[in-house]
Amino acid sequence: MTALEELAKSAEVHPPRIAAARAAEKAYEAEVGDDGPLYAAPKRIYPQSVRGRFRTIKWIVLAITLGIYYLLPFVRWDRGADAPSQAVLIDFPARRFYFFFIELWPQEIYYLTGLLILAAIGLFLMNALAGRIWCGYLCPQTVWTDLFFAIERFTEGDRREHMKRDGQPWTLEKYARKGAKHFLWLMVAWWTGGAWVLYFADAPTLVKELATGEAPFAAYLWIGILTVSTYTLAGHMREQVCLYMCPWPRIQAALTDEYALNVTYRYDRGEPRCSVKKAEQLRSSGQPAGDCVDCLQCVHVCPTGVDIRGGANLGCIQCGLCIDACDRVMEKLARPTGLIAYDTDLNIQARREGRPMVFKLIRWRTSLYAAIIAIAGGIMIFTLATRDSEGISIIHDRNPMFVRMSDGALRNAYTVRIVNKQLKSREFILSVDGIPSTLIDYVGLPPRADGRQLITVGPDQTKEVRVMVTDYSPTPPAPSTTVLFSLIDIDSGAIAQMRDHFFGP
Amino acid sequence: MADEHKDIDAVTGTATTGHDWDGIRELNTPLPRWWLWTFYITIVWAIGYWVVYPAWPLLTGSTEGVTAWHARSAVVTDLAELKTQRGPMMDKLSSAALSEIAGSPQLLDFARAQGRVAFADNCAPCHGAGGGGTKGYPNLNDDDWLWGGKLDDIVQTLRFGIRSGHDKARQGNMPPFAGVIKPNEISAVADFARSLSGLPPEKGADLALGKKVFADNCAVCHGPEGKGNRELGSPNLTDKIWLYGSDKATIEQGILNGRGGVMPNWEGRLSEPVIKALAVYVYTFGGGEK
Repeated sequence: MTALEELAKSAEVHPPRIAAARAAEKAYEAEVGDDGPLYAAPKRIYPQSVRGRFRTIKWIVLAITLGIYYLLPFVRWDRGADAPSQAVLIDFPARRFYFFFIELWPQEIYYLTGLLILAAIGLFLMNALAGRIWCGYLCPQTVWTDLFFAIERFTEGDRREHMKRDGQPWTLEKYARKGAKHFLWLMVAWWTGGAWVLYFADAPTLVKELATGEAPFAAYLWIGILTVSTYTLAGHMREQVCLYMCPWPRIQAALTDEYALNVTYRYDRGEPRCSVKKAEQLRSSGQPAGDCVDCLQCVHVCPTGVDIRGGANLGCIQCGLCIDACDRVMEKLARPTGLIAYDTDLNIQARREGRPMVFKLIRWRTSLYAAIIAIAGGIMIFTLATRDSEGISIIHDRNPMFVRMSDGALRNAYTVRIVNKQLKSREFILSVDGIPSTLIDYVGLPPRADGRQLITVGPDQTKEVRVMVTDYSPTPPAPSTTVLFSLIDIDSGAIAQMRDHFFGP
Repeated sequence: MADEHKDIDAVTGTATTGHDWDGIRELNTPLPRWWLWTFYITIVWAIGYWVVYPAWPLLTGSTEGVTAWHARSAVVTDLAELKTQRGPMMDKLSSAALSEIAGSPQLLDFARAQGRVAFADNCAPCHGAGGGGTKGYPNLNDDDWLWGGKLDDIVQTLRFGIRSGHDKARQGNMPPFAGVIKPNEISAVADFARSLSGLPPEKGADLALGKKVFADNCAVCHGPEGKGNRELGSPNLTDKIWLYGSDKATIEQGILNGRGGVMPNWEGRLSEPVIKALAVYVYTFGGGEK
């Protein structure tokens, strides 16, 4: 019987009981509100510094990723006089994207789709191998937060000192230290925004313009936006972003499997937790004693405030800092390291039952992800390497579909756009096949002395030409004839072709 | 029930909402407080918005806001900005001779782009979106011109119109011949006119009579060989293009009732550079004469 049925039944029999219950509920609401506290303040996290293998990896990844981010706009790449000399540049006014030797036009935006596929499947592959290592090492939120933690420790001291001072009344030193922290944070955030805008214009020029106050308004605006967002997200929001804002932890949980390596507390070895002294006592009396001494170091170093000993956890970003912390303690206690490690629950069961451990990196899941990455990457490389540097696209006139000339000939008009992706000016010749006797006229292109009609397209440009094709054949043409336009580079002989139609009555 | 609120979930240590669905209970995990603050910030933002922008509807309008921003005035500003941006090219277009425009690729592109828009706004209702024309409204793509297909001719037609009532409009029309020539003569001259452009005459057509009637009545404007006269806008009857149609009934109708389509004058309604741009645009449909 459900509560509602129970209530209904009691309403029939015992109306006074309902009234009493309502009165009690009202009293409770007056005391603590309808449903308990609706909002909770985040628990402040003071992560302790740690050193070890994973901390070192994180420092290296941080240096490389931030180094790339901040310095890449200044890398030069010579493309000749007609193109910008910045290695990585998103040129919105000219509608071009430059990446070292690659130049993309807006209509090639599908390479972005390819990149997104690679990024997504790459993330899935990482997840299948070792859980949320993206979150722990590579995610911008993690990297910048890590940097901000380092600044915080530099100005306000490590965990204990920082906590202690936060509990004390405000002094000049406290103001000075906190002020220095926020100043440094804002400087990093400002530099982050500054580096961002450099990807959209010539970096040295823009730096000069920014310094002299002559940069476009959009540059200042974006620097402002990114300064605020970096300062807020990395300085103040921190683990709240991972816990409440990021969708990946939720998706990740649905994509993982039992073989994926996770930061795991090996409770088969750690439990029951007891002090060193107690463990000796228990062991001498033949009773089981775990290696975990409940020192809470793993919790204190955690940037998201997780107790990994509670098992898999939404808050865990798999950064491995608790492994480093625990290993230091185990070294001091002369116990084997690896009480916390990248491991699986399967292996915990295996060790308990005396079976050998299994590390299965090559599985259907990982093979499939790797195959998709290889195929998508292969297609991208192939198409990039073999793409044409010239192109033609044609629109047939819609009104009128065809024109009857005064001598009875039929004429169709087309708008032809010729693409020259090379960084030099090129000359093309256009021909049309499919109808027996034709003549091509160009609007705005006077015929040259040698009779050949050449179309010159400037470097890295397109040119639109209105082309008129007249059919002089004596027999009336079919209502629709397929014609083939061929565009030939007179120097290299490269050809671009496109089919269209020649219409008649 | 009230006392169910105090239920604490044993696993998480979190309070439950007290709701019970077949033994499944819902944890009452509180939202982070910053979430609430974010909500308050949006409210503050909204209030700021009311102050800055027009927001609250009143009886005869709305609150203006300190910026008094309006979509309409924003468009006007944008248009003015566009005009400034186009200014140098528009000036060039105004001062350039028509031949200069045709000779400069940059100016030609600009004129065609301007012309395309002006054509869609002003000309397309009669001449069609691509200048394809229809019965009574000339196809501007072909090489047949009633009043001339050189750039200067086209500009003049655009400026003053045809039979538009403007002093300088192109004049001359096809007069009605009803009552002037006999019905059998009309039939014969219609057959003769068709034969001029190689169309097969009807069975029993009296081409000799037609030729005589033509020479007496039509050759004045259309010329002795029917080649037309651009001074008068009289069409060339020997080509394959028929403004109103080439069937005999249509031709007879034209002879009986006359013809006199009107092209409005655009001077004063469109600016000088726009008229020039339109002329260039129409010229480059493909029929322009050198």
